[in-house]
Amino acid sequence: MTTVPMSGPSGAAAADLTGRSDLQRQRLRAAWMFLAPMLIALAIVAGWPLVRTIYFSFTNASLNNLSGAEWIGFDNYLQIRTLSSGRVLYRGLLADPAWWAAVWNTIRFAVLSVAFETVFGMIVALVLNANFRGRALVRAAILIPWAIPTIVSAKMWQWMLNDQFGIINEIALNLGLISQKIAWTASPDTAMIAVLIVDVWKTTPFMALLILAGLQMIPGDIYEAAKIDGVHPIKVFWKVTLPLVRPALMVAVIFRMLDALRIFDLIYVLTPNNAQTKTMSVLARENLFDFDKFAYGSAASTMLFLIIAVITIVYVVVGRVNFEGGR
Amino acid sequence: MAIIKKALFYLLVLVIVVVSVFPFYYAIITSLKTGTALFRVDFWPTQISFDNYTSVLTSRNFPRNVLNSLFVSASVVILALLFAVTAAFALSRVRFRGRSLLLLTVLAVSMFPQIAVLAGLFELVRGMGLYNTPFALIFSYTIFTLPFTVWVLTTFMRDLPVEIEEAAIVDGATPWVIITKVFMPLMWPALVTTGLLAFIAAWNEFLFALTFTSSEVQRTVPVAIGLLSGASQYEIPWGVLMAASVIVTVPLVVLVLIFQRKIVAGLTAGGVKG
Repeated sequence: MTTVPMSGPSGAAAADLTGRSDLQRQRLRAAWMFLAPMLIALAIVAGWPLVRTIYFSFTNASLNNLSGAEWIGFDNYLQIRTLSSGRVLYRGLLADPAWWAAVWNTIRFAVLSVAFETVFGMIVALVLNANFRGRALVRAAILIPWAIPTIVSAKMWQWMLNDQFGIINEIALNLGLISQKIAWTASPDTAMIAVLIVDVWKTTPFMALLILAGLQMIPGDIYEAAKIDGVHPIKVFWKVTLPLVRPALMVAVIFRMLDALRIFDLIYVLTPNNAQTKTMSVLARENLFDFDKFAYGSAASTMLFLIIAVITIVYVVVGRVNFEGGR
Repeated sequence: MAIIKKALFYLLVLVIVVVSVFPFYYAIITSLKTGTALFRVDFWPTQISFDNYTSVLTSRNFPRNVLNSLFVSASVVILALLFAVTAAFALSRVRFRGRSLLLLTVLAVSMFPQIAVLAGLFELVRGMGLYNTPFALIFSYTIFTLPFTVWVLTTFMRDLPVEIEEAAIVDGATPWVIITKVFMPLMWPALVTTGLLAFIAAWNEFLFALTFTSSEVQRTVPVAIGLLSGASQYEIPWGVLMAASVIVTVPLVVLVLIFQRKIVAGLTAGGVKG
């Protein structure tokens, strides 16, 4: 599940108490005391582990010998050795085709899934924004995919996409869409499609709700005016709705994007051991705990962290996303 | 023309509803089938048997897995709310230098890729002797529940009128009294919503639960379901698997439907001002 805080607390309603200064001081002291437990908790559970992960990526740590880790510099990332014969050998993460395949898989997955979710989410949001009978029912229905745990939806779809007994193959065969049964989750050609289907199904509702919240903030008289002027509805969508909903859309897209870039559970369960869908997170965990290459896995984790950080910064700067709620 | 438009609109509505609900519906029908009926594709329930449910509920580990999930999720929610209420008070009602920076930091932590802290957390969990216990999960889940609850509660508290607080200050109330006596009674709706969202997040978590537990008894529900398999891929007990899936999903779906308005509000916390 992802939960997105859409806009930051603005200072608008914060108590602006310019009273006596010792009262002010008392409040300040209390504020820091109230913040302390949270700050300490986050430092222990997020800050410190992140520092350790980065540290391990510069060592030769192994799963059973974390304390005996020795500093080896950038060797886990890139190691260049010139043999006596003059041949140059490149080793390490940045020279590892498996890593670059994982990067490519992750980016492909993130871009495609978020694109589909945005389009479908927009359609669902526009439907929910219309006034019609049974709207409450539709909103309840679309919350169901969101409420189902990712692992459970992976298993449900794995069953529906089953090559022998799956209902998807049955329907597609009957409709003449395919000529023979497809092993959706196992075949290299379709594994990524399977992952995309499940992810889009599961997260479109979330996207739709965020876009809907944005749509509902557009004042109704704009549409009234457009209607009176006889503007075509499609033109209204491109010229009025989309520009006005853009800020909400940008925030929704970046949160989904960050979520998609770190995807692990769906792929781990739906298409295990499939090279076509192995993402950075899956590759990192595999190295950390299955291949006994703890330091190498730490390097992959660190790279993923860096990639996500860079993308966030670029997106926030270029898209001028304002998390502070227009302060 | 108007009729065709209307018909097309309702067709779209129908497609949205069917696509959303069908997989869950299909899981329920599958869970009610046994034997060879499982391998026949049916769109309607043809057999109603609760054998899969009895076999899941009487299995050695599954009931224990459910208890683990309940214990972990409930503890995480209580801890996160405790820490978040006080922090949110400071972040929303008191002006101090670095407040925006602090809020951004909290937001940044909530966007951390979990894998980035996995190696460090593993060392920490093992070092504290928490490995393969529910406490490892309660501890590590703080990383995604706490920033989220802080953020949402801060947004909520900011919108409460200043006057109620001023009256209390005039009466000489300390910040602690203001939180417990003035804000808490007003905040129940927000606490319920954030608590529920945090609960769902913890209930569904997979990566940490997979990594920090090793024995079947200690697993949480998502790991138990994710790793349930037969001797080969052709022997996956689909009926039992779907029954287990339905058992862990129905309470969530019911809760979400009951609280749907609040949940939608919580998800889009603070409205989309952009």
